[in-house]
Amino acid sequence: MVIVLGIESTAHTFGVGVVASDREPFILADERIKYTPPTGGIHPREAARYMAERAHEVVRRALRSSGITLSEVDAIAVALGPGLGPCLRVGATIARALAAYFSKPLVPVNHAVAHVEIGLKLTGARDPVIVYLSGGNTLIAAFLGGRYRVFGETLDIALGNLLDVFARETGLGPPYVVKGVHVVDACAEEGKEILDLPYVVRGQDVAFSGLLTAALKLVKRGARLPDVCLSLREMAYDAVIEVATRCLLHTNRREVMVVGGVAASKYLRRKFEEMAKLYGARLYVVPPEYAVDNGVMIAWTGALAYSAGVTVPIEDAVIRQRWRIDEVDIPWRRA
Amino acid sequence: MEEGVALPEPLDKVIRVKLSGVELPLQLLSLVKIMGRGAEALLYYARFLGYPAVLKWRPPKTYRHPRFDSYVRRERTLTEARAIYRARKLGIRAPALFFVDPDNAIIVMEYVEGMLYRDLIPRTEIDESCRIARVIGTYAAMLHQEGIAHGDLTTSNVLVKGDGDVYLIDFGLAVTSADDEDKGIDVHIFLRSLESAHYHLYEKLFDCFIKGYASIVGSSGAERVIAKVREIRLRGRYVEERRARKR
Ligand SMILES: Nc1ncnc2c1ncn2[C@@H]1O[C@H](COP(=O)(O)OP(=O)(O)O)[C@@H](O)[C@H]1O
Ligand SMILES: [Mg+2]
Repeated sequence: MVIVLGIESTAHTFGVGVVASDREPFILADERIKYTPPTGGIHPREAARYMAERAHEVVRRALRSSGITLSEVDAIAVALGPGLGPCLRVGATIARALAAYFSKPLVPVNHAVAHVEIGLKLTGARDPVIVYLSGGNTLIAAFLGGRYRVFGETLDIALGNLLDVFARETGLGPPYVVKGVHVVDACAEEGKEILDLPYVVRGQDVAFSGLLTAALKLVKRGARLPDVCLSLREMAYDAVIEVATRCLLHTNRREVMVVGGVAASKYLRRKFEEMAKLYGARLYVVPPEYAVDNGVMIAWTGALAYSAGVTVPIEDAVIRQRWRIDEVDIPWRRA
Repeated sequence: MEEGVALPEPLDKVIRVKLSGVELPLQLLSLVKIMGRGAEALLYYARFLGYPAVLKWRPPKTYRHPRFDSYVRRERTLTEARAIYRARKLGIRAPALFFVDPDNAIIVMEYVEGMLYRDLIPRTEIDESCRIARVIGTYAAMLHQEGIAHGDLTTSNVLVKGDGDVYLIDFGLAVTSADDEDKGIDVHIFLRSLESAHYHLYEKLFDCFIKGYASIVGSSGAERVIAKVREIRLRGRYVEERRARKR
């Protein structure tokens, strides 16, 4: 059994998780704080300052709730990317300091890989087509030849970003998620008509910025907001489902797993269920608590990686803002 | 419907009314059996006036809003038919069209007896895979020269006949007024389908593809599209981050 403490700080969440491998429950601690900008989108520097001021407290809370001391931890894992530079630096600095001070091995974790691994762990999916949907990422991947290979992605903005920016520009948010429901999803419930908006699927890729612009233009021209919400949501979700279907067929898989913040959308889930039924596939959706960024997924992936011998010398543990999921070797899974 | 597999009900009705029922004295089309399913369509082996044919039907998708669903299925069917027609006029091998019914999202086309390039790659010599990639490259460049982008140029949408002839299929996402961006995306899609499913060969095969591409549009044309692909690949990742930094 290995015990790993993991640190997440790629965007707005600073999270610390402690996990134990080969043990249930495997989660020993799960502490998080989330930066919510007073207005507008996320300001990396302000988010980083917010995190830096509170980080030590979150680490302490995690250790306290786990009931273990740092000396009992086998390794420190940290998300080195992809993400926002200033935020990543907070987590990396703390992880390096802990590893140096307590002489613990440091395990580099890719944030996207962590979303996938916690999804696999919690849903029991074995070899699925992976649909990773969040504020900063929209990608379709599958495990092949030792890596998570990307089969499709967004050519411009991410799905979560599309929803948030639309909400912001139309005054629906922030906050963007109320009682677990995205404000655009909620607004769409009152929608009746499907308006003419661009539906963009390019091969296995999607693109959303044209959709965003067109939807905002409709609102400005006085279209009923719920109708625009409904139309925007339909176009966006359907495009993702369509490229996921292409990947399912292209790779001959039988499972689909949805991870990342947008996975929490019940409406998207319903659509995916329909799609899975249509293609005789099984659908797995990561539980909402672990769909969003958290330290547990970093710790869990760290435990897998550490057990497979993956560590990084402290001086080489530098952040990688654009670290792609398909650049990471996955030695803990059989190819 | 002879030799009938049980057809999905709407399809059965359409075929009976449209083809065998009214006006047409001949039994134009007979459905033989289900062939398989693509991401969008159901495919049936069929005979059309005695010729081996494929019936491609885009069935409704229950997860879509019904109005939007009919719109998409109709558009894709029309797009595919038009693009196949134009591609063939350029001398590109693609299945001949026999019958198109956009209202019911049906295309009947020539049956191409062959293997998917995707499935052929692991079973054949690298030289043969390279030759095929090269042909695909020439096809892509010929389409691009005419302002057409295939739209879904993956190794799953290329059929290779027993005699080695290379066929492009699945034109439902084609763009018929393609700009540099659309062309770049075509090449990006092909490259990524190599990278993801054929990762151990992708550099070599992409090189073959580009050689074919350059044989039509010259090396400057090939370089231009590669530059575009590079640009596309750098985009889209962490747009939010870049935007935030600019503030
Ligand atoms: N004309 C054809 N001749 C033989 N096989 C075909 C033909 N058209 C399609 N197929 C087979 O059916 C599969 C799906 O067809 P495709 O047009 O790619 O549909 P989709 O849009 O659903 O991917 C192809 O991968 C191929 O195996
Ligand atoms: Mg296809």
